[in-house]
Amino acid sequence: METRGVDQKPLRDAVPGRMDAPEVTLANSREAGAGSQHLTPDGPPCPEQAGLPGAPRPVPCGRARCACRSGLSACAQRGAEPLIAMESAEAEPSESRPEEDGAVPASDLPLPEQPAATMEDCLAKKMEITVSEAEKRTGRNAMNMQETYTAYLIETRAVESQNEGQCSPVDSLWRRYSEFELLRNYLLVTYPHIVVPPLPEKRADFVWHKLSADNMDPDFVERRRIGLENFLLRVASHPVLCQDKIFYSFLTQEGGWKEMVNETGFQLKADSRLKALNATFRVKNPDKRFTELKHYSDELQSVISHLLRVRARVADRLYGVYKVHGNYGRVFSEWSAIEKEMGDGLQSAGHHMDVYAASIDDILEEEEHYADQLKEYLFYAEALRAVCRKHELMQYDLEMAAQDLTSKKQQCEELATGTVRTFSLKGMTSKLFGQETPEQREAKIKVLEEQIQEGEEQLKSKNLEGRDFVKSAWADIERFKEQKNHDLKEALISYAVMQISMCKKGIQVWTNAKECFGKM
Amino acid sequence: MEAEGRAPGPTLPPAGGRGLEHLAGVPGATPTPLLTASAEVLEFDDEEDDLEVFSKDTSLAEANSFSPSMPISPSSMINQYKFEDEPELKDLFITVDDPESHITAIETFITYRVVTKTSRGEFDSCEYEVRRRYQDFLWLKSKLEEAHPTLIIPPLPEKFVMKGMVERFSDEFIETRRKALHKFLNRIADHPTLTFNEDFKIFLTAQAWELSSHKKQGPGLLSRMGQTVRAVASSVRGGVKNRPEMFTEMNDYMETFSHKINVLDKIAHRIYKEEREYFNEMKEYGPIYTLWSASEEDIADSLKGVASCIDKCCKATEKRMAGLSENLLPVIHEYVLYSEILMGVLKRRDQIQSELDSKVDALANKKADKDLFSEEIGKLEDKVECANNALKADWDRWKQNMQYDMRSAFTKVSDNNLRYYEEVATYTECMLHLKFQGLLREFWLPCSESHLQFDKADEHYCYI
Repeated sequence: METRGVDQKPLRDAVPGRMDAPEVTLANSREAGAGSQHLTPDGPPCPEQAGLPGAPRPVPCGRARCACRSGLSACAQRGAEPLIAMESAEAEPSESRPEEDGAVPASDLPLPEQPAATMEDCLAKKMEITVSEAEKRTGRNAMNMQETYTAYLIETRAVESQNEGQCSPVDSLWRRYSEFELLRNYLLVTYPHIVVPPLPEKRADFVWHKLSADNMDPDFVERRRIGLENFLLRVASHPVLCQDKIFYSFLTQEGGWKEMVNETGFQLKADSRLKALNATFRVKNPDKRFTELKHYSDELQSVISHLLRVRARVADRLYGVYKVHGNYGRVFSEWSAIEKEMGDGLQSAGHHMDVYAASIDDILEEEEHYADQLKEYLFYAEALRAVCRKHELMQYDLEMAAQDLTSKKQQCEELATGTVRTFSLKGMTSKLFGQETPEQREAKIKVLEEQIQEGEEQLKSKNLEGRDFVKSAWADIERFKEQKNHDLKEALISYAVMQISMCKKGIQVWTNAKECFGKM
Repeated sequence: MEAEGRAPGPTLPPAGGRGLEHLAGVPGATPTPLLTASAEVLEFDDEEDDLEVFSKDTSLAEANSFSPSMPISPSSMINQYKFEDEPELKDLFITVDDPESHITAIETFITYRVVTKTSRGEFDSCEYEVRRRYQDFLWLKSKLEEAHPTLIIPPLPEKFVMKGMVERFSDEFIETRRKALHKFLNRIADHPTLTFNEDFKIFLTAQAWELSSHKKQGPGLLSRMGQTVRAVASSVRGGVKNRPEMFTEMNDYMETFSHKINVLDKIAHRIYKEEREYFNEMKEYGPIYTLWSASEEDIADSLKGVASCIDKCCKATEKRMAGLSENLLPVIHEYVLYSEILMGVLKRRDQIQSELDSKVDALANKKADKDLFSEEIGKLEDKVECANNALKADWDRWKQNMQYDMRSAFTKVSDNNLRYYEEVATYTECMLHLKFQGLLREFWLPCSESHLQFDKADEHYCYI
């Protein structure tokens, strides 16, 4: 497994084609019900769910914790459109014109001999990963001040696919949230063309009144633990990311990991412009798909935020309705004391009202999982935007370089022919203060020619880089889209299922209560 | 009696009317609670000579304006309060509807149409239609209280309470009041004694000007106030001295009941408020899914399905709210008012008793005028006995009604909630079925077809 840096080329296809299965699209997945391991209950269970020792609590299939959802699309077959940035800024991207500068259209690039990782190879299949515990710790921070933080226990175990009976040993180490952040930042810089899975929120957001916004609150810590595990599983099942050495070390090497990450020098490679969200770059010819995608990611972020806010308010109100029924219990009980015939009915009805009021706690706790699933995609929207932004920046750099090259060529031409086509200060001054000597001119031309050659080479490589980026980024985006559509559908289904379960509980309680009232 | 929309369930008698719960309040007779409207004849012991079927004996009817000044033999008085009422013999049907606003130079007020249909002989016609305003109802109530101080006169809706944001002439307020007035008259009509009250008859039948002139007769406001003052004063003075145990028990019961029913009133209103807030938030929730679907391709359809499902559930929530408001809140509120009335009735009984007690004490001290006092005391003793019996009978009746009303109201609320949850579950199941085919798992249950109707145009199930 090698760390894939930005500079290495060519970038291989990000997503493996599923050579053995027909191309899976959502259109045919409904009929076939196949193609994805987790669209139907009949798919092979995740090791996490198999109830193996050390496995976490079983959760309903379809939740994001269930990994192995990579590689649904066969992007190798879908060629990404070649993006062509010509030397002159006015040229439009065209799909089939061959490059003049030597940049090869994407369709001509050799297909990768070996995909990055197939579904079978990805780390999640080979290794069981759980974040099994959370612990409060106190320690000293960088400024030697005492601080409290939570540490999370990561347990890993090799999956023995053949011998079910054997139990391989469990490795474990503790990590804190900041280390997860460091890992993610590293991945973001190292794989700018990948939609990197998000971390669970740093601070509790969109909470309804009962939930605490305190980072130390046990419920928050618990939900964060699940979110961190989900993050690791997502990375481990990503065809490209799972092969990263730093990631592997994160899971297996307790000491010296931080140093290892910093040694990669990824912070230096980080483009600060990526973080400057407000800066707009005048990109003349961005790939329209990325522009649309950025627009989509903004919409997604906005709509999910809105949804989460309203959901929190609805949850709050629902809580109120249920809890207020709890008041019946006591007053019925007191009233029943003075009644003869009505007493029993009242008393037992009151008990059922207490049951009803208490039932909302579990119901809403379950519903919180739905909110968490939505939140993941809220944060994914940001990751999506980051990839679009990277494309914009690359395109911007490309266009700047092309512009620069053009102006240099023009300068050269002017010097050579002696005509001044464009206004330049130099031209004016030379007209005013006398022309240069032919030797001077020759020297200038030579310098320019060197620069032009350099520039052309750079432009070529930038062009190639840009195209590779677009190709591999778009491949991952397609993979991401399938994942998103699948996950969101699953989330909606599980939400509906929770609704139905809530109704069934309600029906049971009120049937019992009605019976008691009937005895009054 | 017109049917007021009732949920399916045990058949209910018209509001205020009861099938068969008038029970013989005689010690010795065993009341059999029959609280369904299915007409069952109350069996009573033929050997009990004291019992008499309450007939339309006009002589008795005319004598029913029971006031302390009228000398009536004890036995006939006692007979008035023992009877049975068979549903087939229900012969007085009253409705209150059609509120109308009247604007004069001095004031604005609402009148209600009161329609009476009857087969009773003492009514000249078999159908009457009059218009009455709230003041008229107040007048009727006070006349009834005057005539029957120890009977439980049904409550009137309050004058005007600044409760919440309900305005004096808002539709909501008027409708609530109309329903309460309807109930008030029907309760009187069903009451074995009050139904034959003369003022009641006049109220139902007299034209506006006739009623006004009738109102002017009789003890005026001041004398009524005087009575009340005396009643309060005497109860304070200790009309509790020789109170029979039964009435002390009643008092204790009413104190607790009053407290509990008030708490219940608050709880019920609070539940309504929470349900309404929930409904308000839900209204905003569905549209967001629709908004989201506009950005999506593959999952747009699913999202729209979710939005539509949420909207339907929202409507179901609204229905549940309305059901609570219709079935539970008015009933509990009526009994809040009843608890005040009952405390008043118990006080008045105490006052009647204390009149007797003070005369007895006076007799014990003054040996002279023995004969005069004995006669007075005799009358007072009768009075006390009648009052006690009247109250006892009415109390039993009231308790039966209360039990029935509470059971009915809470059962209806339970039905409301059951229907709500069934609806929501069905809509959600159908949405899963239609929008997420192929992705469903074993937990999905088939829709209960009987409640559903498939709307081909909209491609969804409607809950009927």
